Amino acid sequence: MKITRKDFLRLSGLSILAAGAKQAVRAVEQERLTKSRPAARAVRWGMAVDLKKCREKDGCNACVHACNSAHNIPQFADRAHEVKWIWTEPFATVFPFAKGSYSTESDSGVPVPLMCNHCANPPCTRVCPTQATWKRGDGIVMMDWHRCIGCRYCIAACPYGSRSFNWQDPRPAIANINPEFPTRTKGVVEKCNFCEERLARGQKPACVDACPQGIFTFGNLADPDSELRQLLRARFAVQRQPELGTGPSIYYLV
Amino acid sequence: MRDRIWIFAGLAVFVAALTAPFWWAHAVAMPLAKRPDLVLPANQKECVVPTETMRAMHMQLLVNWREDVVRRGDRQYVAYNGKIYEKSLTHTCLGCHNKAEFCDRCHAYSGVSTPSCWNCHNEPQTRIAGSTP
Repeated sequence: MKITRKDFLRLSGLSILAAGAKQAVRAVEQERLTKSRPAARAVRWGMAVDLKKCREKDGCNACVHACNSAHNIPQFADRAHEVKWIWTEPFATVFPFAKGSYSTESDSGVPVPLMCNHCANPPCTRVCPTQATWKRGDGIVMMDWHRCIGCRYCIAACPYGSRSFNWQDPRPAIANINPEFPTRTKGVVEKCNFCEERLARGQKPACVDACPQGIFTFGNLADPDSELRQLLRARFAVQRQPELGTGPSIYYLV
Repeated sequence: MRDRIWIFAGLAVFVAALTAPFWWAHAVAMPLAKRPDLVLPANQKECVVPTETMRAMHMQLLVNWREDVVRRGDRQYVAYNGKIYEKSLTHTCLGCHNKAEFCDRCHAYSGVSTPSCWNCHNEPQTRIAGSTP
């Protein structure tokens, strides 16, 4: 086929025009889609832990027990095999920066409830080779145990020690299996899921409901009028190692 | 070309022998193979998908439900007849079916090994007795 110089230029021009028009149509459609979504959908789940109220009830472990029985967490005698979603550590270990000579007298031994921080910028999800762990739109760092291959990169990446590995079959170590929630199997990593399954039913996390002191305030960090945000405005709060840039969603009111 | 008749006769015998099992089964009333002895749910008359489709595609449906619930947070299943079900193995499937008398029996019958679902997922009936942790 012969093509003249004039025809060639005309065809090229038309092709470029068509490609440009396609881009424009796509951009307009995208704009329409984002506008049609209600703005109120922005959710980032977070929690405030009132350590002052927690201190008032010494030796209480209700939150840990509630989580353990809700999520079928095995209890191994060997600490090397320990699996934990929510646990406690002494204040001085959790917040090593707060090592004041005299203030430690009051706080250093106080147990602080710890769990997955559901970071804004989670290092664990970045290293997962199978996307078995990822950040959901509502801020929950989720685990897909079907997809976990047990490489434990996420355990190495998490600066908070929030993740545990199942070195052995957890079922024999679960005293009372809750059939509502799956157990895990040997060779997968697990951690706190912010009670994603309870949130889906409109309930609050198990630890929040179990606490007799009401130390946990669960809510939407993205909503400036939420109870959580109001509390964070009113009280002085710290996060665990915010200098790492992970942006934890768990705040401790001291 | 004098061998044509022998060639075609041979071919006809070959085709007849090859297809013999099929027309023999049609010609003589063969007894049907024994079906698996399944216990069907007493409380429900219909499944989320018609039985024939379910028999062939239940594994795909379970994988789709799993992906929807875990990865997309989509827990509602709108069935072919407009009914709404929860996408849940424990609640919806095992809410009617008994694992041992339905799932396991048919898997054993078909020679399909037990899938790894049960390494983690529980039957609603089983509650292992013991002290609280």
